[in-house]
Amino acid sequence: MIENLFNAFDAVFALNNLMLMALGVLAGLVAGSIPGFTITMAVVLALPFTFGMSPIEGLSTMLGVYVGGLTGGMFASILIGVPGTPSSIATTFDGFPMARKGRPGLALGLGLWASFFGGLISAVVLVFLAPTLAAIGLEFGPWDYFMLVCFALTIAASLSEGALIKGLIAGVFGLLVASVGEDQINGAARFTFGFESLGAGFAFLPVLIGLFAFSQLLNDMSNTEDAKKPMIAGHHSAVKMEHRQSITLIFLNWITLLRSSAIGLFIGLLPAAGSSISNILAYDQTKKASKTPEDFGQGTPPGLIASESSNNATAGGALIMMMALGIPGDAVTAVMLGALTIHNIAPSPTFISTQPVLAYGIMVAYFLANFMTLIMTSGALRIFLLVTRVPLYILGVVILLYCAIGVFTLNNTSFDIWTLLVFGIIGFAMVKNGFPLTPMVLGVVLGPLAELNLSRSLSTSDDLTLFFMRPWALFFIVMALFSVFFPLYQSATKAGKRWAQFYGVGFMVCAAVPLMMMEGSFRTGLGVVLLVLAAWLTINKLRRPQLQNP
Amino acid sequence: MKRLNRDAITALLLLIFCGVLFRTTFDIREVPFSEMGSEVWPRFILIALSILSVIYLFRSVTQPQPVTQAFSWARWFKTYQNALICFAMFLVFLLALPYLGMLIAGILFVFITQSIIGGYAPKQLLFHAIVSVLAVGGMWSIFTFALRVVLPAGDLFR
Repeated sequence: MIENLFNAFDAVFALNNLMLMALGVLAGLVAGSIPGFTITMAVVLALPFTFGMSPIEGLSTMLGVYVGGLTGGMFASILIGVPGTPSSIATTFDGFPMARKGRPGLALGLGLWASFFGGLISAVVLVFLAPTLAAIGLEFGPWDYFMLVCFALTIAASLSEGALIKGLIAGVFGLLVASVGEDQINGAARFTFGFESLGAGFAFLPVLIGLFAFSQLLNDMSNTEDAKKPMIAGHHSAVKMEHRQSITLIFLNWITLLRSSAIGLFIGLLPAAGSSISNILAYDQTKKASKTPEDFGQGTPPGLIASESSNNATAGGALIMMMALGIPGDAVTAVMLGALTIHNIAPSPTFISTQPVLAYGIMVAYFLANFMTLIMTSGALRIFLLVTRVPLYILGVVILLYCAIGVFTLNNTSFDIWTLLVFGIIGFAMVKNGFPLTPMVLGVVLGPLAELNLSRSLSTSDDLTLFFMRPWALFFIVMALFSVFFPLYQSATKAGKRWAQFYGVGFMVCAAVPLMMMEGSFRTGLGVVLLVLAAWLTINKLRRPQLQNP
Repeated sequence: MKRLNRDAITALLLLIFCGVLFRTTFDIREVPFSEMGSEVWPRFILIALSILSVIYLFRSVTQPQPVTQAFSWARWFKTYQNALICFAMFLVFLLALPYLGMLIAGILFVFITQSIIGGYAPKQLLFHAIVSVLAVGGMWSIFTFALRVVLPAGDLFR
């Protein structure tokens, strides 16, 4: 491990790589700060520039954009009360009031340092947890992998607010898109309708850019009047950040920092669940745990620390899943997974052992990106103030063309630009009809993996019960089922239905069964602990007949 | 027909789409000695998509979204005016690309689209022209000279 880390340091700290990363961080900071521009869009747009780079350079640059974007989102949230990205929605709750009370420097400083520490904590966990999780991943057979993909799709759909069915349709539609062209196993053409260009299927990048960037831009420009106005009205002069006081306040609120980082990491570990969820969840938990919840929303430091540390920590969790199991933890890591496949590298549980320099390089680059973001934030703040004076339509139309140039560079064919347009229209129509895009992208990314593992399973054995009887497969089925019913549980909780109180208990019991079926005393013990805990909780709940609303 | 709302229409279109694609899976070449034929996976997906579409149709009919305003084409065009302009201009750009090349077609696309959306007063036209030449020319130069990517030159300039 140490030798691999040294080699990774060598690769990441190469002058060329450092410059590319710095550019990536700056681009991420600025893109993340512009309201309406998501981090995914920024990373997607950075992708074409990485084709000519080595894998480590390409991924370092994209990591720079990712980490920069996570921090950059706070500029608009704090200074104008409009979230720069969905991952900084909760930052507005206390960041903006703090700025309005005359402390914008403190708010920005707190946001910056909370992001930094959150990122650092998750980077440390990334280094230690990714190899361990990858070792567990080696136990997976094709049946388990197939079920893991199913779980990833169901959880992505269940996290689509109030649109479970639409989320599932989007996910399955993504699988369908991925199945176009010659199949990997037999080489037979599918759904090509006589078009030669479709033989190789849809390239991942034009689909992704079309769905995320193209449709997002057109959504942002939909309002004719708003599109003509500068993105941010009024004059905002550069603010001096209060670093020393921010660090002191963060250390005074270290429990908030640790708890929120842990929440961010956990959400990142869940397939397809990203920082847009973690920042709100961490804020909510911090408010619930606070002795002065009435201060939240008035410009209290813990609220700001919770949001910013959790959203940056999510990146580490998402990277763990991507590197250890080859399953994207969020939309951005789905793009990175695509980037790896462009370089003919397929992330899987063997990724860390077969590509150690690249794997550890990603970890080192993630560490470094957090430091770079810390250093470059003040400069980026000035650029943010300049860029946001440009009307949206000016920037939007230029980026549309950049999308076209970017996708053309992938295979040097105009067909990819046509793909971009088609998926731009599909994405736009989907968003306007309430269909989430993340499950669809996940379907496109994971479709080939699902088919390959299904085929391997059927080739290995005719016994279909293996899909349900193998411990890991059963574990993922339990996770998938409970994630599908999660929205139902949420509405039942709101309605005060009694069965909702036993949802968690039910999950513990069901998850305990596959855990006890697994080899090794630790997992069996964990299963027993879950069962005992479930029994204790059930008895407690039954003793309290009166319903308690949360 | 009162209950045929937007969601129901979408669900019905999805079902028709699934039906058409399912039919085409019978045209997929059969591969001898293969454990899992090439048509199995697409059929599996299409069955799943059909089931979900039926559930979606059922829900859209039994629990329709409240309709706040009656549909009108005029309002629809007004709402999506900018998006439609961009899609249409992008289509024209794509059709012009083989003839004009990336640089000229790109500059024209940016300039014309910005002018249609933002307005065409002389001052605005000048601003749009400067932006389109600098932004497209700059990016074209980066890809052509720095990244050594051969972008389409256009038949007219060969």
